[in-house]
Amino acid sequence: MYWERSLVALATIARKETTRYLRIWMQTLLPPAITMALYFVIFGNLIGPRIGPMDGYSYIDFIVPGIIMMAVITNSYSNVVSSFFGAKFQRHVEELMVSPTPNAIILLGYVSGGVGRGLLTGFIVTIVSLMFTSLQIHSLFITCSVVLLTSILFSLGGFINGVFARKFDDVAIVPTFILTPLTYLGGVFYSISLLPDFWQVASLANPVLYMVNAFRYGILGAADINIWVAYALILLFIAILGSFSLHLLNRGVGLRS
Amino acid sequence: MHALSLRKLSKTFKGGVVALRDIDLDVEEGDFFGLLGPNGAGKSTLIGIVCTLITRSSGEAEVFGYDIEKQAWQAKCLLGVVPQEFNFNGFETVEQIVLNQACYYGIRRREAKWSCERYLRELGLWEKRRAVSRTLSGGMKRRLMIARALVHKPRLLILDEPTAGVDIELRRSMWRFLERINREDGVTIILTTHYLEEAESLCRNIAIIDEGRIIENTSTEALLTRLNTHAFILDLASPIARTPDIPDFPIKRLSDSRIEAEIRRDQSLTDLFAKLAEAGVRVSSMKNKANRLEELFIRLLDNKLDDEGRQTVSARGA
Repeated sequence: MYWERSLVALATIARKETTRYLRIWMQTLLPPAITMALYFVIFGNLIGPRIGPMDGYSYIDFIVPGIIMMAVITNSYSNVVSSFFGAKFQRHVEELMVSPTPNAIILLGYVSGGVGRGLLTGFIVTIVSLMFTSLQIHSLFITCSVVLLTSILFSLGGFINGVFARKFDDVAIVPTFILTPLTYLGGVFYSISLLPDFWQVASLANPVLYMVNAFRYGILGAADINIWVAYALILLFIAILGSFSLHLLNRGVGLRS
Repeated sequence: MHALSLRKLSKTFKGGVVALRDIDLDVEEGDFFGLLGPNGAGKSTLIGIVCTLITRSSGEAEVFGYDIEKQAWQAKCLLGVVPQEFNFNGFETVEQIVLNQACYYGIRRREAKWSCERYLRELGLWEKRRAVSRTLSGGMKRRLMIARALVHKPRLLILDEPTAGVDIELRRSMWRFLERINREDGVTIILTTHYLEEAESLCRNIAIIDEGRIIENTSTEALLTRLNTHAFILDLASPIARTPDIPDFPIKRLSDSRIEAEIRRDQSLTDLFAKLAEAGVRVSSMKNKANRLEELFIRLLDNKLDDEGRQTVSARGA
């Protein structure tokens, strides 16, 4: 009975979150499609041929997985942070808090919204990329599992940001100053084998590098890192961020006086 | 069975502000209970703790015997809350807001539709069910929050100033609605309000809270009988130049043709009119100066009323 009721609540939050980002598709789904199409045009078609092959692949083939992953990461994150902060700001998060919905279900609901938007954006960017190159999937399982796990991870990150955010500026700080640099330096546009030794080692401390490379491995079959290390790291971060998010909800941080 | 039971409930906010001090309060099942107090007295903090939006510093709070934190699922299923400020998603439709709330309680959407339709109809919002909530008028938004709080059929409904900013006609229709669900559905209602006539008209029992303490907790009737004096505004048939001196009846001249007279419970209006006539003052009409509860409320807060209902020196004003 308890779980049956909880599942009804989960389905409701997930539906509400999905409706939200679909309703404002001009702000949520269209911009990444346009931005990523520009990346393909500029870096793939115009500059790419001058750069030459990367890790044995044409430059546009090399950057496609990274660009798809970049879209998934930023959209998963921004969906949850903006939705949860919006719910706090408008105070309609109180609808959930006064209800008996368990905190784990609230967290799952918001994460499902982030994952939904992240994957849908990734799918749209993939379709756009097919206008510029043809994709050969090396491993469908690795491709799908890595993109799903990464989306979950960054949705949890967005949730934590949303919990701590007190004003709209706080929603933009982490994506601007942390997420974007980590993504751009995470091997989206280059192989770390091109970097000097010191920066190669330094890049290994960037978690996004593992996700981008694991996804690239799923599509191209080539990566700068060990694929199993990438899985372990992603799962470890999910466990840490998931536990921390639940702890914040249980304590009512940013929600209860 | 107590619908709500609070024991030694205290709340101290960060920074040391003490909002509630050892509150003991029982609300019987089926009661229509008024919680009154001035701004900042602790009413909303108390409600916030009961609906778990605010964490208690110490003490116990139970809804129908279920602890609000240790047995949150059971307690919350029995509780509906109408907060003071609008807290729904302004981009959702009326129907979506009410249905979603039912689903958060684990009620399937199909089943929730019956309850949703019932309350939207009863509160006059059915025609507006597809309207986006931010486009509603203030009164409609208030009614939407009531429908949302009732959709899961709670046994205890807490309303934090539900009629604030609502016009008189709508306020009266909301009173009738609340009286009906209390009488016919057996929903226990706890109401905070600034409109004391509302509390006098609706509530069977009243608690007055001030500076985080319950300073009075009794039936509305018992509370009103403690009021020892009545003030009346008298309109005069002909103007007077100075305040008439009427023994035993304190008189205040408000204007040339209007005076205020105070009479004790053991005095009669007939005596007052007789003495006014002796003084050559003729009265053309009369009305109560203020709502009785309002008068009592102000005196209680000012510590002007002792146990026998006599006026004493104001501790606050001193």
